[in-house]
Amino acid sequence: MPERIIVPFGPQHPVLPEPIHVDLVLEDEKVVEAIPSIGYIHRGLEQLVQKREYTEYVYVAERICGICSFIHALCYSQGIEHIMKIEVPDRARYLRTIWSECSRLHSHLLWLGLFADSMGFENLFMRSWQLRESVLDVLEDTTGGRVIQGTCKVGGVRRDIGQEKLDEMHRELDPFEQKCRDLGDVFLNDETVKYRLRGLGVITKDEAYALGAAGPTARGSGVAMDHRETGYAAYGDLGFKPVVETAGDCYARCAVRVKEVYASIDIIRRAIEEMPEGPIDVKVKGTPDGEYFSRAEQPRGEVVHYLRGDGSKHLARARIRTPTLANIPPLVKMLPGAQLADVPVVVLSIDPCISCTER
Amino acid sequence: MSTMAFLKRSPWILHYDASSCNGCDIEVLACLTPLYDVERFGIINTGNPKHADILLITGGINAQNREVVENIYEQIPEPKVVIAVGVCAATGGVFRECYNIVGGIDKVIPVDVYVPGCAARPEQIIDGVVTALSILEEKRGKMTGAARTKEEARHAEQAGEST
Repeated sequence: MPERIIVPFGPQHPVLPEPIHVDLVLEDEKVVEAIPSIGYIHRGLEQLVQKREYTEYVYVAERICGICSFIHALCYSQGIEHIMKIEVPDRARYLRTIWSECSRLHSHLLWLGLFADSMGFENLFMRSWQLRESVLDVLEDTTGGRVIQGTCKVGGVRRDIGQEKLDEMHRELDPFEQKCRDLGDVFLNDETVKYRLRGLGVITKDEAYALGAAGPTARGSGVAMDHRETGYAAYGDLGFKPVVETAGDCYARCAVRVKEVYASIDIIRRAIEEMPEGPIDVKVKGTPDGEYFSRAEQPRGEVVHYLRGDGSKHLARARIRTPTLANIPPLVKMLPGAQLADVPVVVLSIDPCISCTER
Repeated sequence: MSTMAFLKRSPWILHYDASSCNGCDIEVLACLTPLYDVERFGIINTGNPKHADILLITGGINAQNREVVENIYEQIPEPKVVIAVGVCAATGGVFRECYNIVGGIDKVIPVDVYVPGCAARPEQIIDGVVTALSILEEKRGKMTGAARTKEEARHAEQAGEST
C-alpha cells in the first residue's frame, strides 16, 4: 500500500478568492480523504439582529455575501413581511424577480469564468467576465450598485425601473442571449472541456439527496429541486421549470449552470413583458412578533432564513442556512478518487461561497 | 498619470480575503478582466506571497484569520505595501459590532493605503493600487544602508540555498 501523505489546501491559495482549508489525504496522486475546516471569515452576523433594527438588518443580510447579495435581502424581507402580514405590491414582486435573476446571471457568469480558470482555460475566463460586466452595467444603472444593490426593503423595493429603461433592457436581451449561447457552446461542446470534466467528482442522485445537496449540485445529479418552483416573488405568475442533468459529474453541474443562464434571461424577458403598473412599496408599521422560515433560491441553491421576533424592533433570533454549507458534505464525498491536479476543479464545481457559509 | 510615467517595474499583487462579504473580492477580480484590465500595466495577481510586492486585503480581522494575515505579511519581501480595500478592511465597517470582528487590518499589520467603499468599485481599487505604486517606489528609494544590506544578504542566502 502506498504511503499516505496529507497536503494542506488553503486558506490562502490561488484557486479561490476566498479562504477555505481542506486537508487532502493522498495516496500517491490520488485523494483518498478530504477533511474541510472552515471559520476564517466567520463574523457573527446572526447575532447582529439583536443590535440592528429589523428594517436596517436588510442591509446586513445583503452583506452576508457580495455575490448572492440581492437574494439574501429578498429572503430576509420576505420573512419579515410574512411575520408582519404585509402584502407586497405586484410591481415590487416583479422588480424583485428581475433583480434576483440579474444576480443569478452575474453569479453564474462569474462562476463559469472561475471554473474555466480552474481548468486552465484563461481565454474562456476572460470572456465570461466580459459578458458579466454587461449584467453589472444593468444592475448599476437600475440600482446604483454593482454588487451590493441595496434596493430591497421590508414592504417592497426602494427604486423603480422606468419604462424607457425596461424597453432598453428588453431590446438588449436578444443580443446578450446570443453572446451567452456562444459562450455556453464552448462549455458544453468543446472537446478539451468535456475531456477534463466528464466523469470527474461523480455523486449519484441518492447520495446527493441523502447528503442534503442544494441548488445546481443537486440538480446536476438529477434531483429536480429548485425553490423558485414554489412561486415566491413573481415566479408563480411567470411559471418556472428547474434545469436538471443526470450524470452527477463536474460536466453536469457546469451544464446546469450554463442552461440556467439561458433560463434566467427568459425569466427577465417575460417579467419585463408582463410588468404590472402600480406602487413599488407599502408603508411598514409596527414590529414583527412571531417566527417564520423564509426560503429562496440563490445561484448556489436554497437559502433558509429563520427569523423570530418578540414584538420589539430588534429580532430575537435569526438563523441562516446557506447553500454552500449544505454542499460541503457532497463535496467531501466527491473528492476521494480524484487526482490532486483535479481538486481545484472539483472544489469549484459546487460553486463554494465561503462568506455565505461562515456568515 | 504621474505615477504611471515613471513606473519601471511590474508590481505583483497578492489578494487575501480576511473576512469580507465577497463583494470587494469579486471587484478586485473584475479589475483583472477585459473591461478594466490592469494586466496591461504589468500588474499581476499572484497566489505566492514570495512573489508579491503589494498585499491587497479585503474584510476585517477576526480571531482565526489574524495569524494568517500576519504570516502572509511576513512572507512578502521588502519593500512591500499594504492596501486595505473596503470599509471592513479599514474599520470593520458594517460588521464592526459583530462578536467575532476585531476591527480593521491595521490592528494587526501596518496599512499604507485605504480604499473606501462598500463594495469598493474597480475604479477606486485601481486608484488605490496606483497610489500604492508611488509609495512602493518611495520605500524602495529609502531602502538604503542597513535595510538594503539585510535584504541583499537575504537574497544571497536564498540564492545559496537554491543552488
